[in-house]
Amino acid sequence: MTTFLQTLMDAISVGSLYALIALGYTMVYGVLRFINFAHGDVFMLGAWFSFWVTTKFGWAGEGAHPSIPRALTVMAIAMALCGLLGYLIERLAYRPLRFAPRLNVLITAIGVSLLLQNTGQLKYVFGTENQRMPTLLPATTLATVAGVNITLIDVIIVAGSLVLMGVLDRLVYRSRMGMAMRAVAFDPHTASLMGVNVNRTVSATFVAGSMLAAAAGFLYATKYPNLNQPAFSTWTLLGLKAFIAAVVGGIGNIRGAMVGGLLIGLIEQFGVAYSAPLSHGYITGEFKEIYVFALLILVLLVKPSGILGRLTVEKV
Amino acid sequence: MADSPTTTARPIASIRARTLQLTPPRWVAFCRGAAPIVIGVALAVLLQFYANRWFGGYREKILIDIGINIILAVSLNIVNGYTGQFSIGHAGFMAVGAYTAGFIMYYGSFWLFGDTQFHGGILSATTDPRGLHGPGFSGGDLLFPAALIAGGLVAALFGFIVGLPSLRLRGDYLAIVTLGFGEIVRVVIETTGTVLAGDEIGGQPWYRLLNRVGGPMGFGGLPIYASSFWVWVCVAATVLAAYRIKASTMGRAFLAVRENEIAAASLGVPITRYKVRAFVIAAFFAGVAGGLFAHEIGNMLNAGELGFLKSFDIIIMVVLGGMGSISGAVVAAIVLTILPEALRSVSEFRMIAYALLLIVMMIARPQGLLGIHEMWDLPYFRRRRTGGKTA
Repeated sequence: MTTFLQTLMDAISVGSLYALIALGYTMVYGVLRFINFAHGDVFMLGAWFSFWVTTKFGWAGEGAHPSIPRALTVMAIAMALCGLLGYLIERLAYRPLRFAPRLNVLITAIGVSLLLQNTGQLKYVFGTENQRMPTLLPATTLATVAGVNITLIDVIIVAGSLVLMGVLDRLVYRSRMGMAMRAVAFDPHTASLMGVNVNRTVSATFVAGSMLAAAAGFLYATKYPNLNQPAFSTWTLLGLKAFIAAVVGGIGNIRGAMVGGLLIGLIEQFGVAYSAPLSHGYITGEFKEIYVFALLILVLLVKPSGILGRLTVEKV
Repeated sequence: MADSPTTTARPIASIRARTLQLTPPRWVAFCRGAAPIVIGVALAVLLQFYANRWFGGYREKILIDIGINIILAVSLNIVNGYTGQFSIGHAGFMAVGAYTAGFIMYYGSFWLFGDTQFHGGILSATTDPRGLHGPGFSGGDLLFPAALIAGGLVAALFGFIVGLPSLRLRGDYLAIVTLGFGEIVRVVIETTGTVLAGDEIGGQPWYRLLNRVGGPMGFGGLPIYASSFWVWVCVAATVLAAYRIKASTMGRAFLAVRENEIAAASLGVPITRYKVRAFVIAAFFAGVAGGLFAHEIGNMLNAGELGFLKSFDIIIMVVLGGMGSISGAVVAAIVLTILPEALRSVSEFRMIAYALLLIVMMIARPQGLLGIHEMWDLPYFRRRRTGGKTA
């Protein structure tokens, strides 16, 4: 029972991180109809920017002591940097290809992803060493329920994700810019005829998605402080799983991304915890990636539009 | 051509007569068909005996690397170039072929020859000196091509399985599924146990050995069979097959699917069947390349190396050479194998340069350097072939 509750707790906390990243994938897909492969790398850079800012401010090593204002500052700066990065990616790499075939945009996205990873691991940038994220949040345990420790970090991750998702939901469904985004997603040409500035709306979408990814990167770095080097395959896999969350929930659908993120978190964490005991050690926790990809293939075969998605018919 | 003086001077009796006039005699046609195979095998034999003498061991290894990369690039071109699908899991098929061939060569050698050492003859020899005083022809020379083909067939089976979802998926989703396939292959291989040494194999049933292929440590101790001869024979076979496929009915169907799926379907092209076929063919050759890679001198077969990055390397070759151009893929494979060796001192910038190349290429020349054309279709070569007259 304790294992079950502990796994559930981890699943919710990891799942909300996946949901935050998935939102960026789903928003870009909704507006531009392509997979922004580089989004997972923006998330990675969010984590590394957090590390960089913390050390630049001297909040590592000797000067380290956990405090919430510091954490918020670091997160805000990381979000601003990634927002700028998202704007630049869209402006320089994707905008020239706005009306190009989708395959070309996909290849460009892979190019951007490789560029971010490999620039990140240059020795002049972040280097190829793993780093340890300094502690910014106190490792206090708020309560113990049935033998499960509810830590401050988990609570902040879940609460922070919920707040950011709430803000995004409001932005998309209750603001002028959100109305523009939905209009562009529905039909870019008609939207521009109605006076929507399509370029600005697309840029805003990228900036919002990248900022969410940066927040997820910061929260990830506080929960798992051992940061792998930027081009390590863990980051690509995390980005992929977040993308799968977006597809499972129904790509292009913001609430679907949240559902999908939680679902992926549940499958992954329960896969890690229960694979070996239930199969008498034949299957190890390593297989969690396989479960997630199996879920993706299953969803794509049974209901390609995702759990909350609507079916679109390809027109000639 | 039609109004040139030679054709109009002689009156044509009938279309049938004209067709006969244009059809070469049967023996000429046979020679034309057989010529690429003969030339390819002759070149392979030549390289097998003289590459080391002419270029030295290091350059011979680079030549073998080039050959393997040509097979990979040309085969990926069938899926990504001709058919317009987007596979980023080519290294996964390569890994399947590599481990299948490795399994057969390692444990198969034990069952057939009594130990896991090298049992090849003159064609598989990679050490110097070679030549007529070498070991002659030996059982390993038969086992290795059998293992390569088996690796290719198992990879092709996986290609069929991965190709099937393309029934429902297009573009980006298919890319994700292939990427996921590559990762699943890697994860599964990394959960296997250590390789058994020669004296531990005896008495074990074969299925017990299936999960003894090295896991995260890599499949060590594989005999070195990938000589210049086998690599270049495989290159010749792959290039020839790719060229014939492109010119065949199947190739036309592939191109139709790539240009417009809906239009192709409405003209009666079964698009799903052709997509799956493209995957199966490409996976077969990737599996063969994997088998060669596993038995190459200086390589340690490790699933971790056959991940995303290897797939991206191959994609870059295809994109750079031209989506759908065989000669483009060959040239890109040659250039992108030699370049990293030449630029070893600035190797940390290699992937950055590749990434920028991909982005700039997509913005400036999205169809790749040659596009769908072959090198001999270029105006420069055309003019020379027709003797100065433009066709």
